[in-house]
Amino acid sequence: MKPPRFDYLRPQTLAEALELLDRHGGDAAILAGGQSLMPMLNLRVAQPAVLIDINAVPELDRIGRSGDRLSLGGRARHNDVFRSAEVAQAAPLLTVALEHVAHEAIRNRGTLGGSLALADPAAELPACMVCLDAEIVAASVKGERRIPAGAFFQGLYTTTLEPNEILARVDVPAAGTDWRFGFDEVARRRGDFAMAGVAVAVREESKAVAECRISLLGVEMSPRRMEAVEMCLLDAPLGTAANIVAAQSALRDTLEPIEGSEIPPEYRIQIARELLARVIRAMAAPVSGKRTH
Amino acid sequence: MMASDEPTAEISCTVNGQPVRAHVPVRQSLVDFVRHGLGLTGSHVGCEHGVCGACHAVVDGRVVRGCLMLAVQVDGRTVTTIETDQPTAQMRALQDAFFERAALQCGFCTPGMILQASELLTRTAAPTRAEIRDALSGNYCRCTGYHAIVDAVETAAARLRDKAAA
Amino acid sequence: MPRASTRRLVAGRGRYVDDIPAKGEVYAAFLRSPHAHAAFEVVNISAAAAIPGVVRVLTAENIDPVCPPWKCVLRNAPDLQSPEQRPLARRQAVFQGEPIALVVAQSRAIAEDALELIEVEWSERPAAISLEAAAMPDAVPAHENLKSNICWRFEHRSGDPDKAFADAEHVVLRRLVFARKTGVPLEPRGILASYDPSTNGLIVHVSHQMPHQFQLHLAELLGMSPLDVRVICSDIGGAFGIKMHIYPEEVAVCAASRILGRPVKFIADRVESLSSDVHAREHIVEARMAVNTSGMITAIDVDDIQGLGAYSVYPRSSTAEAMSALRAVGGPYRFDNYHALLRSVLQNKVMTGQYRSVGHPVAAAITEALVEDAAAVRGEDSIVFRQRNFLPTEAMPWVSPMGARMIDLSHHACLERMLTLVDYPRLRQEIDTWRQEGRIVGLGLASFVEFTATGAEAYGRAHVPVSSLDGVMLTMEPTGEVRAQCSASEIGQGIQQGLAQIIADAVGVRADKVRVALGDTAASPHGGGAWSSRGAAITGEVAWTAGRKLRNELLNVAAAMLQTTATSLDLRDGRILAADTGAERIAIGDVARTVIFHPYDLPAGTNAQMSVSHTWGRDADPFLPTNGVQASLVEIDPISGLVRPLRHWVVEDCGRIINPLLVDEQIRGGVVQGIGEALYEICRYTEDGQYGSGTLADYLLPMAADMPDIVVAHVETPYSGSQLGAKGAGEAGTCGAPAAVLNAVNDALRPFGGRIDAMPISPVDVLRALGKLPAKAGA
Repeated sequence: MKPPRFDYLRPQTLAEALELLDRHGGDAAILAGGQSLMPMLNLRVAQPAVLIDINAVPELDRIGRSGDRLSLGGRARHNDVFRSAEVAQAAPLLTVALEHVAHEAIRNRGTLGGSLALADPAAELPACMVCLDAEIVAASVKGERRIPAGAFFQGLYTTTLEPNEILARVDVPAAGTDWRFGFDEVARRRGDFAMAGVAVAVREESKAVAECRISLLGVEMSPRRMEAVEMCLLDAPLGTAANIVAAQSALRDTLEPIEGSEIPPEYRIQIARELLARVIRAMAAPVSGKRTH
Repeated sequence: MMASDEPTAEISCTVNGQPVRAHVPVRQSLVDFVRHGLGLTGSHVGCEHGVCGACHAVVDGRVVRGCLMLAVQVDGRTVTTIETDQPTAQMRALQDAFFERAALQCGFCTPGMILQASELLTRTAAPTRAEIRDALSGNYCRCTGYHAIVDAVETAAARLRDKAAA
Repeated sequence: MPRASTRRLVAGRGRYVDDIPAKGEVYAAFLRSPHAHAAFEVVNISAAAAIPGVVRVLTAENIDPVCPPWKCVLRNAPDLQSPEQRPLARRQAVFQGEPIALVVAQSRAIAEDALELIEVEWSERPAAISLEAAAMPDAVPAHENLKSNICWRFEHRSGDPDKAFADAEHVVLRRLVFARKTGVPLEPRGILASYDPSTNGLIVHVSHQMPHQFQLHLAELLGMSPLDVRVICSDIGGAFGIKMHIYPEEVAVCAASRILGRPVKFIADRVESLSSDVHAREHIVEARMAVNTSGMITAIDVDDIQGLGAYSVYPRSSTAEAMSALRAVGGPYRFDNYHALLRSVLQNKVMTGQYRSVGHPVAAAITEALVEDAAAVRGEDSIVFRQRNFLPTEAMPWVSPMGARMIDLSHHACLERMLTLVDYPRLRQEIDTWRQEGRIVGLGLASFVEFTATGAEAYGRAHVPVSSLDGVMLTMEPTGEVRAQCSASEIGQGIQQGLAQIIADAVGVRADKVRVALGDTAASPHGGGAWSSRGAAITGEVAWTAGRKLRNELLNVAAAMLQTTATSLDLRDGRILAADTGAERIAIGDVARTVIFHPYDLPAGTNAQMSVSHTWGRDADPFLPTNGVQASLVEIDPISGLVRPLRHWVVEDCGRIINPLLVDEQIRGGVVQGIGEALYEICRYTEDGQYGSGTLADYLLPMAADMPDIVVAHVETPYSGSQLGAKGAGEAGTCGAPAAVLNAVNDALRPFGGRIDAMPISPVDVLRALGKLPAKAGA
């Protein structure tokens, strides 16, 4: 299980990286953390002619907040995001979700941009970015392009990223104190990709939900906002029994679960509905950080 | 040995405290390089797709999957493997505890396991059993059933705390 | 006492096959069939051969002249039909992943490049995949011209089971499905074969459990004398039965080395391991139990369909798994009427074969599921039912309906110990409380018998050359240390340490003064290696006797030197003492030095032997039965149906324990493999035979975070037929764990009226059993 032959390039600046990517385009693969690309190379599933290693490009791993915006570099490693105090404060959903992402050594190396660009339907971070209403910043030789997360994910392993673009960073609206987040997932074993997961963000005004964003992972081909479900929670205190039932029902009506896997679609729907209720109840009455398995 | 038309690169790095210069095929993984290029066979090849953790090495202070990094990527970096003659206090304590507690059978997973546990103990002085299990969940052991490994990590942590308190 | 040799392993100084280099070595990679069943021609290898760095491309055309095909034949099962198998398939591929060509190159990466350029014309054939379909009389044949896929049919009847069922007060029945799984030793299979044409000698480093057996088969297949084939098994990164077979790849690599006259190395990658190592289990079992009005088991009836894959594995036969299961059904209980039917079925899948606790987990799961059901229809606690039906101590020895001699077992004692260990009444109360809180929790028990330390008859009567005998040679070094060369194999289980302790005790030295060498056919007499949990019971017994011989020799020489009698002397901690006063007379190092360097100081004709050897194999009792009880506490997540083992307990009786630390860890490791069997592990094939579990992302192994702590306790009933009294311990954990977990899950599901009858236990099935998902269509 050894990779096929490729040429290896290690640009020292973003401009150089973009230039190389523009030249090689579809023949090139970007090597960031390598935690998905390298297995695909070793299995010879991916056979790029050129690897463009962006690990020497400065600034791409920056994590920083300016005003009401949290910026996360495309090469920010999962564990750096996970253990960042700024992230925990401005986007606590990511901190909670990253606990479910793979294992220590993978998180030491794996990157935010890599996870988003791969767009695995069962991955945590794409769903979180949709839920957070984040903006993905793609860079190319022509400059930067901002793509709302909701429009970025197009389907199974498919995004709007062009072959000549690098996912340079993600801008996440920093959460005010009026926002609350919830996340939970079901995976066969700890750290596995989810069979279903739910990310919820709500803003409350006078003890009623004023804004709500919900996205799922592991259930549909790619994450999207569950607007019909969100509607059910608005203008009422979070976690009323009636609203939860309504949201669960709306969820069932709106879901288009992944077919053709050994996990039957009705199972994904069932656990998504139950998880949704569990997450909302936990947000409404937070007790402990007890994790499910 | 390599074919003449294989893309290669010159790298220089520090491995277990020693400067290394090498000529490597660019597609060679870090674990294949340390094993076959440098004779450091303590990092093992268990799956080559980033699941089992047998190939762990430490690059610039962080544990990485040696099968998911290319040798050419450690150019200019510092690599530590289980064979280092300057093991950290955590590594030493873990090696002793693994030995005494029989926290290994075939030993194939052990170097990767010890490096990962060492990273945990560097970060967390008094991990719970659940935290230990969590931190090691990316390292497969097929022999022990993990219980003795968790015991050994607990013991090593306690000894390190005692030493720090003394 | 820890294992001395693990000091090396924690330091990363192990020597596994891939760590061993040979000058001029080249690397092999195999082209494998992408189809489950197909005819093929290799039409062009020139592009592959032309890649710089490629040494040679080999096909069956090249290999066949140096290595004939082989075939699984059991003399005592003449009806068994298994087709011929070759190192590289010729014109017909019968499972996906079967090797059809071999590239040898300067690096494994280059060899893999070349594989992509070999041109093959394929003509697909229908494939026999699902076990039920393949077993049908009109099934698609797994091999061309095969009249039936039934490789072997076996039927056994003892007593009058029909009458017993007709007379029964209760008959309970279960249909249990056991998926294919595999062993997944963390070190994949690997071999380094170095053929030297100048001496016609072959040196093979291989990750294998029994070097002598491998040597014998290799020599036979390559037409060489075993004396010219040296097999060395250094550190083995786990084996679990996976590394005891003759695989096409290993033989092909040896043939390639012979053809090329240079060292060839092959290290299976993980995809190759998962798709070409033997798989195991794959049974569909229908079983019934008859119980009379007194609540006694009167009969058991078992109908087992077993999947073999494309060949019955060479040389020991895949059927051993099912035969082992049928022998162990009902193991802990006394019952007189038994009917067993087995159909072992050829399929277009990789071979199944012996894997840890061969067949026993299947037997335990069936038996203990039936026991639960029988107790339930009688409205009593299954513990009471077990206690009533256990084979009582006073009835032993007793011959089971399958002819197994049941001796030295401790069913009641083990169960008593277990009930204390888990604090049974309190635990049951706790479970009730948890259930009232809405948690879905269950406790499962499983009693089991496991047959260990297989003797000569099992394979001897089949004329399969499997040694049940072992040899130990001891040499007294001039330093007073003892060097031992043994025919057992170290595969991580710790037998090297166990033997050192036994020899040390037998001679009268400290264990660190004994150095045990294993795994080299050039360094030890022919013997069995590592399988069937045989090390302590067989090699240990040999080592004890060899140690006593050496001790006697030392005492005799010392007596001659000291002008006294051997009976007036004692040997302890490396010193010859006066038997009566305990006063030190002379160190054994001084005795050895005198014999080796100053023999003229000894009385004439002393002729002291500083090397002794002993060989032995048990001639009584074809197997040594062991027994135990396991208990599993599980919780089911009501949302997902996922099962989480919260705690696991084992009470085990393996007879005399040599090293308690190592025995406990054998048990724990075995339990987790059993939990894997119950909850995660499955080798999936699509309907057309495409293998779907080729990576560790698809084949799920138990991980640290999901596994429970495991409490281990022992009852010690020594084997009455040997000096040491040791029996096998290495597989007991795996034997009982799946049954305990299955019973625990079904205990948790009982209030909901659902039940699980298939392993691994799917969370989807659990949700169905909980009534949260509609039942499967057609179910």
